[in-house]
Amino acid sequence: MPAVRRSLVSVGLAVGVPILLVLAWALATQGTQNLYFPTPGKVFDAFTSTWLTGATITKHVLPSLGRFAIGVVLSIVIGIVAGTAIGATPWLRSLLEPMLEFFRAIPPVALVPVIMLILGIDDSMKLAVIVSGSVWPVLLNTIEGVRAMDPVLTDTSRSYRIRGALAYRYFVLPAASPQIMAGVRLCLSIGLILMVISEMFAASSGLGYQILFFQRQYMIAEMWSGIVLLGIVGVAVAAIFQLVERRVLHWYHGSREVSRG
Amino acid sequence: MADKAPLLSVKELKKTYASATGPVEAIGSITFDVHAGELVCIVGPSGCGKTTLLKCLSGLLAPTSGSVRLDGAEVTAPPKKMAVVFQEYGRSLYPWLTVADNVALPLRAQGIGKAERTAAVERAVEEVGLGHAMHKYPWQLSGGMQQRVAIARAVAYQPEVLVMDEPFAAVDAQTRADLEDLVRRVWQDLGVTVLFVTHDIDESVYLGERVLMLTNSPTTIQEDLAIDLPAERDQLSTRALPRFTELRTHVYEQIQRAKRGELVR
Repeated sequence: MPAVRRSLVSVGLAVGVPILLVLAWALATQGTQNLYFPTPGKVFDAFTSTWLTGATITKHVLPSLGRFAIGVVLSIVIGIVAGTAIGATPWLRSLLEPMLEFFRAIPPVALVPVIMLILGIDDSMKLAVIVSGSVWPVLLNTIEGVRAMDPVLTDTSRSYRIRGALAYRYFVLPAASPQIMAGVRLCLSIGLILMVISEMFAASSGLGYQILFFQRQYMIAEMWSGIVLLGIVGVAVAAIFQLVERRVLHWYHGSREVSRG
Repeated sequence: MADKAPLLSVKELKKTYASATGPVEAIGSITFDVHAGELVCIVGPSGCGKTTLLKCLSGLLAPTSGSVRLDGAEVTAPPKKMAVVFQEYGRSLYPWLTVADNVALPLRAQGIGKAERTAAVERAVEEVGLGHAMHKYPWQLSGGMQQRVAIARAVAYQPEVLVMDEPFAAVDAQTRADLEDLVRRVWQDLGVTVLFVTHDIDESVYLGERVLMLTNSPTTIQEDLAIDLPAERDQLSTRALPRFTELRTHVYEQIQRAKRGELVR
């Protein structure tokens, strides 16, 4: 019974709080003629007319989501492959770590002009911008996860001569997976931000481009509706992540529940 | 036995660690032989470098000087014919793998085919009495059961030498007695050579056919004692034998001497 009640409460909060916020928004904007803060009804109308048409979906929404997906997958793959290599090799780690900290500290936005000079203004530039920012949490977390592997488990794997691809798949990756997943979570939110930013430079399509376009045209309700869409994408990405994380780390959550008693 | 070549031969093994305050001599000089089929207990005061010795034996740690030979070949990396059961059962099992997969992974690394692997895993898990827990995760089991899984994994690996590092130091007394009998049974059933490291004097006498007593570090061998108790051992009757009491008293005195730093041969 308490478990059922708890889940009812959490569903109630997840649905109820947004409804309350929209109500508050409606109350605050009621009767005003403020151009910059339209009523929820106007934004809703703008949303359906702007984003739910076939043309915008294929011209702006899908290309954006595609770039986001490819950029994030690239970041995750590069981060995990390079991170396990660096984490497992002490001399490589001490050689590269100060440099990695340096590059991580550079705001990716500052790199956009440089990347534009090198790669031009097509999709590869946008992907490079996404990867340049979202690869770091995966890379650094993987390095840390591999470095912090339990020495007893390492000795076990060594004494049973579990090596190569088998050790990578069944020992190194799962051992580092709690940290890797924490890195992936950050990677997703940074990736979404950079997707929008990359589309605000020299672009002709995408969510970021559209939002900027509407703002410049004083189509304020449409601009807000784009921001709402970004929020919805963020929530959907977080939900998918949570599903995957539950699956990948079920052993981790299970063992932690047991040790907490 | 003296005319047969030993299975495991340790010669003038020495291990020195570098530390901030200069080199620390963990193992002074250790020499002993183990023949095929023996069950040898290594006992010594806590902190006497038992784990260091074991890591050198199993090829996990390179000795500073001296040599370890298994079947005549020098041990420089973990050898194929050896399995190790660690004290920290909770940390030596892969928490993301089920019991069956934990036991199977070393066999997979050996390139053993699926059908044979499954059969070997089932046999080993049954042998330690965990047939019902095949598809559970280690963290769903009690400490004693987890250590049984580690033993099953070692058994399925079919080593010639089974090395155990204080495997029962962290389980309760009742479980411990059961696990001791399990080790005796595995040793008798499989004819494997067992090297059992412990700090528990009673345990070393109850389990061993031979007890090696270590001194404080820098570690050397204080005494190499044959245990002339009957082969069939039982927690109640064996421990009640007058000979058992004599042997444990003797080992106890030797360990006390070792602690005080008196080397008696």
